[in-house]
Amino acid sequence: MAEDIGTSPDDVQFRFRDDEMADHATVTVDACCDQTNATAVRIEPSDDARVLLPFLDRLALVEVNFPSFADGRGYSAARILREEGYTGELRAVGDVLIDQLSHMRRCGFDAFAPTSPLDEDDAARAFATWENVYQHAEDTRQSRLGNARRTLVELRHE
Amino acid sequence: MYQYDPYDQAMVDARVEEFRDQARRRLEGKLTEDQFKPLRLMNGLYLQLHAYMLRVAIPYGTLNSRQMAALGDIADKYDRGYGHFTTRQNIQYNWIKLEDAADILADLAKVEMHAIQTSGNCIRNISSDHFAGATYDEIIDPRPYAELMRQWSSFHPEFTYLPRKFKICVIASDRDRAAMRLHDIGVQIVKNEADEVGARFFVGGGMGRTPMVAPMIRDFVPLDQLITYAEACLRVYNRYGRRDNKYKARIKILVHELGKEEYTRQVEEEFAHLLDQGVEPPLEELARIAEHFSDPTFEDGAKTVDRSDPDFVLWVDRNTHRHKHDSYVSAVISLKPVGGIPGDATGEQIRIMARLAKQYSFDELRIMHTQNVVLPHVKIADLHALWTELDAADLGAPNMDTIEDMIACPGLDYCALANARSLPLAQRISERFDASGKTEKLGELKLKISGCINACGHHHAGHIGILGVDKKGVENYQLSLGGSEAEDVSLAKITGPGFTEDGVIEAVEKVTDVYLERKEGEERFLDTYRRIGMEPFKEALYG
Repeated sequence: MAEDIGTSPDDVQFRFRDDEMADHATVTVDACCDQTNATAVRIEPSDDARVLLPFLDRLALVEVNFPSFADGRGYSAARILREEGYTGELRAVGDVLIDQLSHMRRCGFDAFAPTSPLDEDDAARAFATWENVYQHAEDTRQSRLGNARRTLVELRHE
Repeated sequence: MYQYDPYDQAMVDARVEEFRDQARRRLEGKLTEDQFKPLRLMNGLYLQLHAYMLRVAIPYGTLNSRQMAALGDIADKYDRGYGHFTTRQNIQYNWIKLEDAADILADLAKVEMHAIQTSGNCIRNISSDHFAGATYDEIIDPRPYAELMRQWSSFHPEFTYLPRKFKICVIASDRDRAAMRLHDIGVQIVKNEADEVGARFFVGGGMGRTPMVAPMIRDFVPLDQLITYAEACLRVYNRYGRRDNKYKARIKILVHELGKEEYTRQVEEEFAHLLDQGVEPPLEELARIAEHFSDPTFEDGAKTVDRSDPDFVLWVDRNTHRHKHDSYVSAVISLKPVGGIPGDATGEQIRIMARLAKQYSFDELRIMHTQNVVLPHVKIADLHALWTELDAADLGAPNMDTIEDMIACPGLDYCALANARSLPLAQRISERFDASGKTEKLGELKLKISGCINACGHHHAGHIGILGVDKKGVENYQLSLGGSEAEDVSLAKITGPGFTEDGVIEAVEKVTDVYLERKEGEERFLDTYRRIGMEPFKEALYG
């Protein structure tokens, strides 16, 4: 059994899901590929998220680690997983700060476990930053997240 | 030109409020300077040598007279009465107080302007041909495509923390007036054999310490896949661009290290995947945007000027560009008066240009990457009246594309990165060549001066380039020859050991003498250099 390297449910400060939180050992991407019963995995910036595609059905939690907020690879990892149909929890962990929340949410993250807890009011404001959005991303994909936000382009041409 | 709809305005207003909140949290100590820095940079605010600098975005260099006048007012109200037009077709203010920044952004928002993504490791302000929509030689106006990309790249959720900054240029002519292939992505709008409009993609160009000319990775992307293809290019870069060394983090290094073929293969694979993801705005959106760029109502009129006044004629011959309508020209307002600071204009001059645009150019102006201003649609019949007013405002220098029309970065006079001063050098060279009357004989000669290896003054692309370096605490200048940012793009080569400030001015004199001696027919400096090679120039400099 690989070592649990993940965050615990207690570390999760914001969560936009109604299901039970997975409480299972979180393993590395390599371990996840070797271990047929792993249901929680942690992606580091240098990992290729597409390695996980064969296992998406059995995964209930994918943590994406941001060792530094300035390293934006995790945004692409998140979108790729969502684009490939992953519907489980996608948790941003590590150096997650107020000013990255709105973009992370747009890329498909639905849980946040910042290393340093964030001010609740500031976070609420950050999640609500954009009333509308220019680009199609995970929050405008009607069939998946269910909140059916529309892009400006869709609003302009409805 | 493009006008915000209420949605665009709401986006900019939301950003101003977001920045106000960020500045508040910084002041309350909730954000460290390290955390705040990328946020203020993404709002155009730099900390320079003496003060904060604010860089304001002018998307694809197009603006109206109301916006231009507002830029003049900001120069007077918040700066020391000057604005500085840059090689990114933007304007910078060099003497800004941090506490004024949010108010300036609010003033800008009132005229549909902002400083968003003018810095930081994100997709920057998109540049284009300064004669777009006016010139005789384009297949279509490139700006609707640039505007589509502006909207796509603004607040892009996936591409806000890229390995490094990212610059996109869109043109639609075989003549390249925007250094397209020296951008991270250069897009050339083209027509294919079936006469359909599409985009040619060049990826991985740039200047800086490792200059590269972007290779073409796709010769035709259909218009209804333009954004999807760009998204694929960016995603491959975001995932695999180097993050271990900021000097190797630009996409040019990734393309170079992977090789053009492998990078292209990865982009095509990502593109095939993204085509199913609904990323692309519908073509109706492009049509909506394009309506904003429809031609003004041109009227037939005089097609030639009265050539009795030699000063006026010199300006017309040098500073106007052929228009698609034969009764009009595009007029270039030089911000390079002899001995002046390239790209600087006073608040009053900026307002004068705004007024003249309203009077003579259908309310429209352009900023050139060569740090000048264009009135794109001027009636030939109005040229004398326009020139008279420009001349009176010290805006009538007849020197477009001459040695006096040099690009120079702010250098050590302002910039925290610079190793050497560029502005005094630019001033002295223009004074010297003007005084000797040699400017005229030299014809088209693009001189570009950078005060450090980051190459903001485009020295790699200069017919003559000058790079300021620090040599044991003394400013030293390297000379290079043979660069071009145009359709005949090439990177300049260093001549040899560097020079002192006085020495490099002598050196410029010497290489121009070699040209005048060896020139054949109508050759430009660059053509002669390409024909005879470096040796004769080296011989004159070091022999």
